[in-house]
Amino acid sequence: MLYIVYLIIYGFILTAGLGLIASWIDRKITARIQYRKGPPLLQPLIDIIKLLGKETLIPKGASKTMFILAPVIGFGSVVTVSTLLWANNNNLFSSFLGDIIVVLYLLAIPSLSIMIGGFASGNPLARVGSSREMKLLLGYELPFVLAILVPIIKSGFSLKLAEIIGFQAQNGAVAGYASGILALIVCIFCMQAKLGLVPFDIPEAETEIISGPMVEYSGTGLAIFRLMKNMLLFTLPFFLIVLFLGGLKFNGISILYSVLKYIVLLLIITVIRNTNPRLRIDQAMRFFWGPATVVAVVAVILAVLGK
Amino acid sequence: MKLTLKALLKSPWVFHLSTGSCNNCDIEILDCLTPRFDIERFGMLLAPSIKHADVLLVTGSCNRKSAIRLKRLYEQAPKPCLVVAIGECSLSRGMFIHSYNCPLPLDKIIPVDAYIPGCPPKPEAILAGALKLIQKIKGNL
Repeated sequence: MLYIVYLIIYGFILTAGLGLIASWIDRKITARIQYRKGPPLLQPLIDIIKLLGKETLIPKGASKTMFILAPVIGFGSVVTVSTLLWANNNNLFSSFLGDIIVVLYLLAIPSLSIMIGGFASGNPLARVGSSREMKLLLGYELPFVLAILVPIIKSGFSLKLAEIIGFQAQNGAVAGYASGILALIVCIFCMQAKLGLVPFDIPEAETEIISGPMVEYSGTGLAIFRLMKNMLLFTLPFFLIVLFLGGLKFNGISILYSVLKYIVLLLIITVIRNTNPRLRIDQAMRFFWGPATVVAVVAVILAVLGK
Repeated sequence: MKLTLKALLKSPWVFHLSTGSCNNCDIEILDCLTPRFDIERFGMLLAPSIKHADVLLVTGSCNRKSAIRLKRLYEQAPKPCLVVAIGECSLSRGMFIHSYNCPLPLDKIIPVDAYIPGCPPKPEAILAGALKLIQKIKGNL
């Protein structure tokens, strides 16, 4: 019973609220970079309320069940991930062995749900977008998993998030080591691809394949997808903070550091997004399987050597 | 007023459709996105697909080929959907009023909620028109 309360309060309400604020900060910074004024504070929430009130259209050639289920699957996985992360961060309940693997798998599901939705909608543009999303997923998962090995090795081969946080509380953040900072840089690039932001917004390229897998979604489905993406905008940096920067703490002065950690990561995402053009899918694959993987392997070797 | 309608007026995503215009109105619409005018401060975004849109901006003189597509596009838009006619051509077919290729004005094909005259209208006029449309839906005008 208590778990359901955690799922609703921490997994959904808190994460969604912070995600919507993060989305507003992202849009506002983008606007200020372009010398615009930017949207008001409640804009992301208003967008979602508006989309919930719109008509939901299901295209004629679509697979109806999967088309409706896809956003719910992705949304559910994000809620589960954020509950697990909050639980380990705040010591709500003792987690199980190997929860970092579960989190890794659950973080792949939002991309999968976008793919399923795109293929189920039966639109040719959505299919192109979904196949690009699939290629991108194959690209970034390899360096992402390699980079996440670094905090696991640093904390004495522990597969529990709570133990990784505990290790960092005693010995300082993983990002303080040479291997940790390399892995963090690789992870930031993978996070950019996971969030589907420029330069890796290849699946949703608005100017060439009009928002890709989302093209047929309207009303509630689109609202859930947007909420999912806004929540990912909080959950993914939070995951990196837990792994590399010692987690978020909320007692005394450390609340300031916690906010600073998150804002810095969000700022990096936004600045990368605003200063880069879109890559082609082959360039993105070459980047992830080339330099990113090499750097991640170097980081793992350094971590094994104890650097 | 219902909450969802209230939210719609605070974040109207626009879809921009040219039914055979000379591209002047389209350039003026894109001007609204530039830093000087910045329609995002009213919550407006340029929607990539008609399925995401709340407002359909129509420019051009609705020729025989594009009138069919226009009607189909309007039917595909999720309701509630508002239609704004921009420029002299879509209001009254402008200089093409006697053309064999422009049989009907826009408001005989689909219902139009707001008219923004001009050839082309200035971005200020388009913004003023959009705000007047919002006022009209609220029932203040």
